[in-house]
Amino acid sequence: MREINIPISDETIRSLKVGDPVTLNGIMLTGRDTVHKWMIDTFIRKTRPPQGDDLQVYGAIKPLLKDSLIYHCGPVVSGLDTKQYKFVAAGPTTSIREEPYQAEVMKHFNLKGVIGKGGMGPKTLQGCRDAPAVYFHAIGGAASYIAQSVTRVLEVYKLEFGVPEAMWVIEVIDLPVVVTMDAHGQSLHAVVEAQSHQVLQDLLAK
Amino acid sequence: MRDLTENILELIRRTSTDLPADVEKSLCTSIEREEPGSAARGALETILKNVALSRKNSTPICQDTGTPIFYVHYPEGMSTRKLKEQIRTAMEAATRHSYMRPNAVNVLTEKNSGNNLGGKAFPTIHFEEVEGDELTIELMLKGGGCENVGAQYSLPDSRLSAGRDLAGVRKVVLDAVQKAQGQGCAPGILGVAFGGDRGSGYLASKEVLFNKMDEGNPDPKLAELEQKLTDEANQMGIGPMGFGGKTTVLKTRITGLHRLPASYFVSVSYMCWAYRRRKMSVKDNEVTYD
Repeated sequence: MREINIPISDETIRSLKVGDPVTLNGIMLTGRDTVHKWMIDTFIRKTRPPQGDDLQVYGAIKPLLKDSLIYHCGPVVSGLDTKQYKFVAAGPTTSIREEPYQAEVMKHFNLKGVIGKGGMGPKTLQGCRDAPAVYFHAIGGAASYIAQSVTRVLEVYKLEFGVPEAMWVIEVIDLPVVVTMDAHGQSLHAVVEAQSHQVLQDLLAK
Repeated sequence: MRDLTENILELIRRTSTDLPADVEKSLCTSIEREEPGSAARGALETILKNVALSRKNSTPICQDTGTPIFYVHYPEGMSTRKLKEQIRTAMEAATRHSYMRPNAVNVLTEKNSGNNLGGKAFPTIHFEEVEGDELTIELMLKGGGCENVGAQYSLPDSRLSAGRDLAGVRKVVLDAVQKAQGQGCAPGILGVAFGGDRGSGYLASKEVLFNKMDEGNPDPKLAELEQKLTDEANQMGIGPMGFGGKTTVLKTRITGLHRLPASYFVSVSYMCWAYRRRKMSVKDNEVTYD
């Protein structure tokens, strides 16, 4: 299986095609609903002024995110009391909820893609073409298995968002994923959706 | 009344970390239907590795440990107030042990309570008094991804040409499966309730998910529709994780409720493959787990 190391180059991203199984190595951040909304409101559309440690966190995550990935994941983490953090369960969460934000977040932070489950829509697909970036699909629910790939928790930002919604800076080795949206405008999810829609119409006509 | 907090903690641990045998068996069977080397088969292989690993290490099968839904059947004279207190204490302990992710978020302040307790409704606990002297506590953990793709239809539905009969029920359930795609972590299990009101319909659509995978429906018409829906859902080719493939739905369960003359609801609860439900029984001071 092909290995992809973070930071990822544009050339590597463009070489990836829908259906490619790959393993990921390197440093990435988790981020889901609250994080995406916070990024958009505070730093991208700027509808909300920075508060508390917002600017400090922004300064810290910006270089980490460049040429890296956001993992749509709300983990189960042990060691919360001692701060000896360890990922216990860390499967992907449903990505489509970030559809209104993802393309802008990818562009702003120079991301090379996101990892999640269930795929994303046309806005993100266009964002993948523009960046370039890809959508990596992890196996939903395979949380103990994927947690084994998380070898280190380096830092956590915005823990006040709650454990699932915080930004965890993690190092992964051999995180198994499948490319389901590529930088060339192809989406496995759009294909499966269209095909199943046709079968549904046939079944409804019966 | 003895304190069952430790036993309930064990029920939570088992539910979150040890997938029931009937579900695992069904996943094993479905693997054979998928093409060797396909993404669908790869997904199912990873899923089964994860199931074994979670059981071995006592770690959550899925990081979304879901909405905890308890059904308590208690004998006459037992204090539901004390039982509720013990369930809540056990839930807090299960969160500390990382069997559960802190999952209760105040919808107004956005603050996560950190211990899976929130208001009166989190965790959800249903009590029912039963005859005899046995206490049973059932627990289901239902993740948010699959809960989000649940759907409720009001028949007739002109868009789908679905009338107020079983043929109409069939049509809307198929529509719900197509709309869900892989978002609910397919392969899924469908809990369907037709009739009732909006609240009782959704409740019943979850209650049927406590049944075992191989339990038949006592009503032959519904049994037939269950099989038909599973088969037709699988014809749609959505497949595990929505990667495309032959296994989209593992099982369909349907129940009917009395309805008002004016209403005809069909409520669909989609359960992800991480179909976590367990039961503990207490009789003559002996605690057993299923």
